[in-house]
Amino acid sequence: MAVKALKAYKFDAADTQDKFHGNQLLYVGWDKHLMFCAPFAFALPSTTRFGDLCDKILSKSFGYHPDWAKVDLAKAVWKKSGQPWQPDMNKTLAELGLKHKDALRFETPGLNGIQGSCS
Amino acid sequence: MSTVFIAFQANEESRPIVEAVLADNPHAVLHESPAMVKIDAEGKLVIKRESIEERLGRDFDLQELQINLITISGHLDEDDDEFTLAWKN
Amino acid sequence: MDMQATKKKVGLKEKYAHMTRGLGWETTYQPMNKVFPYAEFEGIKIHDWDKWEDPFRLTMDAYWKYQAEKERKLYAVLDAFAQNNGHLGVTDARYINALKLFLTGISPLEYVAHRGFAAAGRNFPGVGPRVACLMQSLDEVRHAQTQIHALSNYNKHYNGFHDFKHMIERVWYLSVPKSFFDDAFSAGPFEWMIAIGFSFEYVLTNLLFVPFMSGAAYNGDMGTVTVGFSAQSDEARHMTLGLECIKFMLEQDPDNLPIVQKWIDKWAWRGTRVLTLVGMMMDYMLPKRVMSWKEAWEIYFEQNGGALFNDLARYGIKVPECLSQTAIDKEHISHQAWATFYQYGGASDFHTWMPTDEEMDWLSAKYPNTFDKYYRARFTHWRDEAEKGKRFYNGTLPMLCQVCQIPMLFTEPSDPTQICYRESEYQGEKYHTCSDGCKHIFDDEPEKYIQAWLPVHQIYQGNCFNEGVDPTAPGFDPLAEVLKWYHVEHGRDNLDFEGSEDQKNFAAWRGLATKNV
Repeated sequence: MAVKALKAYKFDAADTQDKFHGNQLLYVGWDKHLMFCAPFAFALPSTTRFGDLCDKILSKSFGYHPDWAKVDLAKAVWKKSGQPWQPDMNKTLAELGLKHKDALRFETPGLNGIQGSCS
Repeated sequence: MSTVFIAFQANEESRPIVEAVLADNPHAVLHESPAMVKIDAEGKLVIKRESIEERLGRDFDLQELQINLITISGHLDEDDDEFTLAWKN
Repeated sequence: MDMQATKKKVGLKEKYAHMTRGLGWETTYQPMNKVFPYAEFEGIKIHDWDKWEDPFRLTMDAYWKYQAEKERKLYAVLDAFAQNNGHLGVTDARYINALKLFLTGISPLEYVAHRGFAAAGRNFPGVGPRVACLMQSLDEVRHAQTQIHALSNYNKHYNGFHDFKHMIERVWYLSVPKSFFDDAFSAGPFEWMIAIGFSFEYVLTNLLFVPFMSGAAYNGDMGTVTVGFSAQSDEARHMTLGLECIKFMLEQDPDNLPIVQKWIDKWAWRGTRVLTLVGMMMDYMLPKRVMSWKEAWEIYFEQNGGALFNDLARYGIKVPECLSQTAIDKEHISHQAWATFYQYGGASDFHTWMPTDEEMDWLSAKYPNTFDKYYRARFTHWRDEAEKGKRFYNGTLPMLCQVCQIPMLFTEPSDPTQICYRESEYQGEKYHTCSDGCKHIFDDEPEKYIQAWLPVHQIYQGNCFNEGVDPTAPGFDPLAEVLKWYHVEHGRDNLDFEGSEDQKNFAAWRGLATKNV
């Protein structure tokens, strides 16, 4: 369906990649850890190595959680857009085929949040 | 049958109105909350000008209800003598 | 000689007819469709505008008379409240934070509603709805003004009330209510009437004003109660207008049904998402609680809305699909929203806190299926950490829903431990939504929602810093710069209630009011 309007209705998308000063948006959520109320949004260069994302960025964002110290991201189970997905820590976002506004989530089997409440 | 309701600010002006509504609608149920009185009734609720006038001892225009009204539910029909809320199903 | 009380010369129905229909005319210098260019493009077919009738049969002369009386009563209460230092009579200074949210999140919407109904009144060719929209437009500006006046009493003493007008255009969570009204206002006049007149006013404002304001009464804030109830007395008229409008559209032409149904579905969902904020206010921000969000939802949405939809069934209107999800969500959303504001408490203009044990027991009694199972451990953990000096402030920006603009905090209807992710693609770009309801709305009009001003993305684009700020400078602190742009003073307006200036001042002033020092 198209918007009903008096005149031609054509406007630019507000968040195309060219507006992010060389970065792309990437969303990352940690399943069963709802202490972080929503997935995170990051703006990163496409040359970011996935391992650096995990070690330097995700560890800072998720580090407050007591489970984080027990996380082995090499064993985490990842999904992209809800489908199984396998990262490679040595590859960059671009090499892994991650596009602007892709959504990743990961599960850390055995870790189910504060007192198992998925918090 | 669905419930209609009307709520007024709990004050001296509302008191005779609420009394009149309860007298004219025996099936109505009164709920008193902080600062608010709410009257629920199955299907239909009728507010009559004459009944309010009897209690107030003066002429009353049903549009004066607006002043202390908080909310209503149901289809409304208002004329000079009656203010009616009803569901038609 | 005694004066006789003059009996009215004309009855209410007759007077209403004269004061509305009698004032309309068919234009001759220009064709009607040029004078009213917005009347047809949405596809709604109207054959006879005179079939529209306001059941209150309110005319402008009576309107001015009763509104003036309401204002006199209201301002007498506000004066008394101010003269009596009424702010010191509230249960607890935590309560005042609910008022900040009200002033920043709701009062500006009243003003937009004022503009929107003025536009609708201008754009409808029928005289009945034009008069009703004019009155509603005046009501709405009155609500904005009276709320600002009432809350200005608090602005004299507490932080966070100082710049709502600036904040509504900028602060992250305020984009939620703002975008709701922007969405409605940028539609045509008929959709506006369903969005605001019907869904918001009829189905939802009871939830905002009635239980919340009754809650304000429980918490000793008579000033706000009176403002709320005075506004709500107008809402009764607005609800009636919304309902009349929907009946009118459905009775005028059978082709209107699918359009109206689509709008009801859309706006019922949009409205329930916005009300997440109100749910949180009721369950967490009123120190003395009147009823839970779930109870209010059941009375005012499920029972009252149910009666309404039963009634509209005779026109072929079906209950919006989203209602099955709202029946699940009512047990979760207030907790999920408060958890969000607590962790992003560094970026808001009001204070947050964790509930006490007694309050958690209340929540557990009101939410026996969900609170202990999903939320208590999280809240207790945060409280314990805060006591150890490790109060949780989330420093990473969240992913937002493209439609409702709320952080993606809602869980799957079938699994309250799993965030709900929905994704669409439009013109090669991905868009994320928080629910089937929001995804459906996006997919129906993607050209509209791709324009959304999403605060998180805007920050990353560098559009949320004061002029002259250089985001590439060494040591650049994005959060600090965003707060400056919001006009939120760090350490004063934001962070935890515990240790706040509001908390200290309230305690000191209340001490002065009750003791001889």
